[in-house]
Parts: sequence; structure tokens; C-alpha cells
Amino acid sequence: MVPLSWYLAVAAVLFVLGLFGVLSRRNAVAILMGVELMLNAVNINLLAFWRYTQPENVAGLVFAVIVLTVAAAEAAVGLALFIALYRLRESVNVDEIQLLKG
Amino acid sequence: MLNTLNVVRLLPELILLVTALVVIFVDLYARRRTALWLLPGVSIAGLVLAFVAAFAQWGAQEVVAGTLAADSFAFYFKLVAAVTVVLVILASVRYMRERTRFLGEFYAFLLVATLAVFVAVSATDLITVYLGLETLSIVSYVLTGFLRDDKRSNEAAIKYFLYGAVASAIMLYGFSLLYGLTGTTDLAEIARRLQAGDVLANLEWVAWPAVILAAVGFAFKASLVPFHQWAPDAYEGAPTPVTMFLSTVSKATGFAVMARVFLTAMPSLGEYWMALLYGLAILTMTVGNLIALRQTSVKRMLAYSSIAHAGFILMGLVAVTAPAGGHPFNGLDGVLMYVVAYAFTNAGAFAVVAAVEDGTGDATLDNFAGLIARAPFLAAAMLIFLLSLAGVPPLAGFAAKLFVFAPVVRQEYYALAVVALVNAVVAAGYYLKVVKQMFFVEVPERPAFAVARGMRWALWLMIIGVFGVGIFMNWFAFMSVRSAAGMLGL
Repeated sequence: MVPLSWYLAVAAVLFVLGLFGVLSRRNAVAILMGVELMLNAVNINLLAFWRYTQPENVAGLVFAVIVLTVAAAEAAVGLALFIALYRLRESVNVDEIQLLKG
Repeated sequence: MLNTLNVVRLLPELILLVTALVVIFVDLYARRRTALWLLPGVSIAGLVLAFVAAFAQWGAQEVVAGTLAADSFAFYFKLVAAVTVVLVILASVRYMRERTRFLGEFYAFLLVATLAVFVAVSATDLITVYLGLETLSIVSYVLTGFLRDDKRSNEAAIKYFLYGAVASAIMLYGFSLLYGLTGTTDLAEIARRLQAGDVLANLEWVAWPAVILAAVGFAFKASLVPFHQWAPDAYEGAPTPVTMFLSTVSKATGFAVMARVFLTAMPSLGEYWMALLYGLAILTMTVGNLIALRQTSVKRMLAYSSIAHAGFILMGLVAVTAPAGGHPFNGLDGVLMYVVAYAFTNAGAFAVVAAVEDGTGDATLDNFAGLIARAPFLAAAMLIFLLSLAGVPPLAGFAAKLFVFAPVVRQEYYALAVVALVNAVVAAGYYLKVVKQMFFVEVPERPAFAVARGMRWALWLMIIGVFGVGIFMNWFAFMSVRSAAGMLGL
């Protein structure tokens, strides 16, 4: 069987990739995609820990399902905001939104 | 443990949920003229009922369904949240009426946000902590961007959303490590296993990164430097009543969750997170104040000032004495005192900003010039709130500062105390700048303007609150000491 540490390593790499995407992308939708990668890393972590340390206790499984659900709600609200942004400015580039600063 | 489900303990939450649904239905069926007073009326009635339901259970000490604590610590925050949201609703009646048609949704979202706060402050399980905080965040994004045709409101919501989504992902990664390390999501059980060293072999070292990652999420909610960048923009761009909510209730929730998770799940890692919070406290109050000094918009200045105040609240958490027993100056009671004093004071200051925006269209420092001649009541109220923010006795701000400084000095964290003292003086500087503008700069050609009725009530209540907390300091101190000691699992 694949050892637990491999899963954790994949999750860590995925998390860092997502964070890199968040920090380097300028398009709001691409940033959201980076966030989703980070959340997937969290889910891999949760499920790997659950499967390897205590498959008889569902807490980890439930946690992963809830993370999925809430991430969907978050994406819905985020995309709605991006649509409003696009209607106002014809762009979803975060470099261009700078009315508020100082 | 479903057999321990006691529905009465969930009554405040249920009332809020039902009220939010009722508000949506009222909005569907009532005529516009009726809806204008009925919507805020129903919302306030629901909040008052929730307040009563929470107050009646004061003294209960139990865990509901294994995930929500009905303890006096949670009730304290619920009561403060309910009162503050009532004030927010009173202040938003005219403000929102003139800016949006979707009033039912606005009040329903405010109620759901309060519900999320209720869940978050009583959560005793990593899953409910996440659920509560995230529900609050998602609803707050919507509220911040509620004026969707307004570029500033939309921009504020986008920035808040992007920061918030990343912060909550980072916090979750910390939670997942904590879960893997200890094999449980229950806070008390995590504490027990960390204490006993009953953790996943070869993985003990992830405890420290897990603490830092989780702290990022809480620090984001409480707008601590360096996770504060969203706050000034979100506070400035959001509809001002929403800013009242974000800067008081939402921030208090961040502190409540932080206190509960760190104190009940990680007492054995105390030296780690206390050192972390010590640094964050100094950074937060200093950076917040220095940037506030050079603001030209009063709304934005108050935003930075509320970041600085987060640093002061954090002082209480840094100085928590273990165990946080039932005596005064235990640090945690300072957090509780600060939260209630700050709720009235800061909500009040932002309410005045909302009233000035209503009267003059904008909240620049320039628009506050000669306010005493144009709207004497507003100027007087603002003076009281600013003096309270600066910590002048006998106002609420003084009581709050007393209860966070005393434990810090008692723990002999003199460096922190000195930095905080210097910061309090710096803050007084920019508060007085507004006072000078209101009272001593005369601008004869500007017209006087009236204050809406709901806003006037809200301001009176907050003025009473500011004086009440300051004058009946003993009673509030007694309550906060009791609540601090009542946190389950301490």
C-alpha cells in the first residue's frame, strides 16, 4: 500500500501550487482556481489521515464533505461578485481595481 | 453523542434562522411602504427574542450535540452580538433605503450573519469552528458587496473575498494537520491527546506549523497585521452599517474563536502561540495607528483605528494567566470587556459616519468641518465616541483599556505595556484631529442637516452603552470574569 507520507507530500505540493497561483495570477477567476487547489490539498490531507489512522471514526470524512460543500458555496458567491465586477468594469483583472487605497 | 441533544440550548440560533426566513417572506408579500418599517421591525424583534433566549440560559454549562458549547463564554458573545446587530439595523434603516431596493435580503443576511456568529462563538469542534467562521465570511462578502452597482462596494467585496478565501484555505490546512496529528476534531480531546503525547508517531513536529496556519485564519477575521490588508478597503467600500457590523461583531467573533481554540485545544502549546500573539499584538497596534495618522477620510481612519484596537484586544489574550480562573485581570476578562466596550464605541463612531454620509454625501475629514453648527447632536455623539476610543474615563474605552493593561503589567510584559501606552497616545492624536475639525473649524456656507429617526435612537442607545460600561464598570467586569471562567474545558 502507498505510505501515508506520499499522500501528505502530494497535498503539500498541491497546496503550495495553489498558493503560488493565488499570489501570481492577476485574473480573479484564476485566483479562485488557486484557492480551490488549496482546498483540494486540505481534502487530500483529511482523507489520507482518516483512511490511515482511524477508518472507523467518520470525523475526517465528514470534515472533507463539509469542506467540499462550503467551498462550493464560496465559489458561488465569489463568481457572483466577479460577474458584478465585470459588468461594472468590463474586466476581472485585480490589478485594475484600485479605487480604495491609502 | 446525539442523546445529549438539548434543543432548548439551540433556541437562540433557531429563532434567528426562523426570523431570517420570515423576513424574506415579509419582503415577498408586504407592500413597499409597509415593508420599510416591517422588515427592520421583524428583524429587531427576532434579535430581541434571541437575546432573551440566550440570557435566560445564562449559567448553563454543557456541550450540545458534542459540537456546540452552551457556556457563559458563548452566551456573553451572543448577547453582545445580538445587541450590536440591533443597533446596526436601527442605523441602516434610512441608509439602506436610499441605496438599494433589496431590503428584505439585506436584513435576512444580517440575521444569518448573526446566526453564524452564534455558531462560531460556541463551537467546540474544528468542523463547527470552520463552519461558523466560513458562514460568517461568506455572508459578510455578500453584505460588503451589497450595493452591486456601486464600484466601491463591489471592489471592497472582491478584495475581502479574495483575502478571505485564501485565509480560510490556509486555516483549513492547519486544521487538517491538527486532525491528522491528534486523530480527533474535538477541541477538548485534542488538548488531552497533545498533553498526553498520544499523537501520530513521527509527526509531532507539525504541531507548531498547525498553530501558525490556524492562527492565520483567526488573524484574518480579527484583522491583525499582517493579515489586515483587506480591512481598510472592505470597511471603506462597504455600506457603512455593514462596516459597523464587520468592525465590531465580526471582529469579536475572530477573538472569541481564537481564544476558545487556543485555550481549550492547545494549552500545552501555550508558549508557541503566546509568543506569536505577543508579536502580532505589537505589530497590529503600531502599524494600524501609524497608517491611521495620515488618512483624510474619517471612515478609512476609523478602519485603521479599529485595526489598532484589535492589537489592544489581543493584549488580553497574550496575558491570559493559566488557568484563567474566576478572578479579575486574568487577561481573558480583558478581551471580553474590550469587546463589549468596543462594540458600542466603534459601532457608534461608524454610525455617525453613516449619518454624515447621509447628510453630506461623503465622509471625508473636510465634511466634518464645523459639524457642531450643522448637526450638533452628531458632533456631540462623535466627541463621546472618539473620547471613548481614546480611553478617557469615565467612558467605556477606559474600562476596556484598564482590563487589558492590568493583566499585561501583572504578567510583567513591560515591553508590550510600554508599546501599547505609546500607541494609545498616538491614537489620541488622530482622534483629536477629528474633534478639532468638528468644533473649531468654521465653514459658514454649509447647510445644516437632520438625522434619521432610527439613527437617532441607535446613537442614543450607543451613548448610553458607552457611559453605562464606563460607569458600571464593576458589573461588566463581574460578568466578564464569570464568562471567562465559564469557558468549558478550561
